[in-house]
Amino acid sequence: MLTVSRLKRLHISVSFDLQDGECVALQGPSGVGKTLLLRSIADLDPNEGAVKLDGTPRESMPAPTWRKRVTYLAAEPGWWSDIVQEHFTAWDDALPLVMRLGLPDDCGPWPVQRLSTGERQRLGLVRGLMLRSRVLLLDEPTSALDSASAAAVEALIAERVADGTSVIWSTHDDAQARRVGSRIFAMSPDGCIKESRQ
Amino acid sequence: MTYIQLSYGDLILPALLVVMDGVLSLVLRLKLEKQLAIATVRMVVQLVLVGYVLTFLFAAVSPIWTALAAFILVLFASREIVARQKRRLTGVWKYGLGATCTLLAAGTVTMFALLTELRPDPWYHPRYALPLLGMMLGNTMTGISLGLDVLTNSLVRERAAVEACLALGGTRHQAMLPIIRDALRSGFMPIMNSMAAIGLVSLPGMMTGQILAGVEPVDAVKYQLLIMFLIAGGTGLGTLAAVLGGARLLTDHRHRLRLDRIDAGKSG
Repeated sequence: MLTVSRLKRLHISVSFDLQDGECVALQGPSGVGKTLLLRSIADLDPNEGAVKLDGTPRESMPAPTWRKRVTYLAAEPGWWSDIVQEHFTAWDDALPLVMRLGLPDDCGPWPVQRLSTGERQRLGLVRGLMLRSRVLLLDEPTSALDSASAAAVEALIAERVADGTSVIWSTHDDAQARRVGSRIFAMSPDGCIKESRQ
Repeated sequence: MTYIQLSYGDLILPALLVVMDGVLSLVLRLKLEKQLAIATVRMVVQLVLVGYVLTFLFAAVSPIWTALAAFILVLFASREIVARQKRRLTGVWKYGLGATCTLLAAGTVTMFALLTELRPDPWYHPRYALPLLGMMLGNTMTGISLGLDVLTNSLVRERAAVEACLALGGTRHQAMLPIIRDALRSGFMPIMNSMAAIGLVSLPGMMTGQILAGVEPVDAVKYQLLIMFLIAGGTGLGTLAAVLGGARLLTDHRHRLRLDRIDAGKSG
């Protein structure tokens, strides 16, 4: 279970719990701070407050260890190498997921430049899923995808949730929020979240 | 050793060449005449002053005065490093990083040369220590400022890539490594280029100076080689320290990228 209490970053101030195998949809207008909140939980920006995984505070472990368990995936993934497969520790293991999300199975040696925005977004997701993190912080993971690819992503994440992974899924799509989230957090400009259960 | 001495009067004719540049600027409306005038006056004043300061220092041969002069050289070098940065660090490290690294690198190789090869008596004799330090500072400064410039610019440009690596559980070292490599490469480039071109395209100032002063060319070459080896070592040390130090300052103990430690206001 992920416990977030009195997390503060700029104007944001939130507390909530996230059960194992639970997916929460995070909504709110652009610029309200959804990305800031997700980044803060992953400890990617300086922030205050207590964030614990199964009662273990994040400060008790090195930040890289925390982020392998509580993983933030940006809407536009970054690429530190020119070649696609160099971003994966085991490209062959990633291939089934790559193909399942409708990407060409020979894209491993491709230059990243050759990929479309949507392909990059799906590859970024696969790259993150390979960590098998306990908590996934997904920042608009289907913003660049057509409906068929988005459905494939939703199905894949649903499987992970069924296996016990906790997910916070930020989205602008109300229908998607209702589909994927068992709860919906609505973020308002004052930096608080209001919870609604479906 | 004989050399042809110049009087101040001998400089009037060559100085007319600069006046010619100024006239060119006026005629062609390059609008450089004011800058040119300022630069010329600065050069004359700075050099004449340095001449007298060195005369005093060489007569005094005092460790305190020599150290003070060295300290002032380092201050100017670190100011120059900051002036060459498009993006600067905030707080004390803005000047501190450049100053520490130039001092470390140039100081180390200068001491090394004084204590092992040149061995003047006393070892801190300003006739050897200051020109040597000056040359080391000038060159390590170039490597350091280039390395830091590439580091900060690449971090801002490649932020998404660095943060992707961090978000996936990479350490700050892993995430910064590609950029650190680029920055180090850029820092080393000028000294390698000048080593390749030296003797063929360019005759270094110190060597020509010694030759004009009557030193045998082969002896002047040996001196120049010593200097070039020292510069190469100093640039390596300084650039390494500055880039690794900069990379450390721009991340924190929780392995976060801290671009907020780059001064956003002043760029250009």
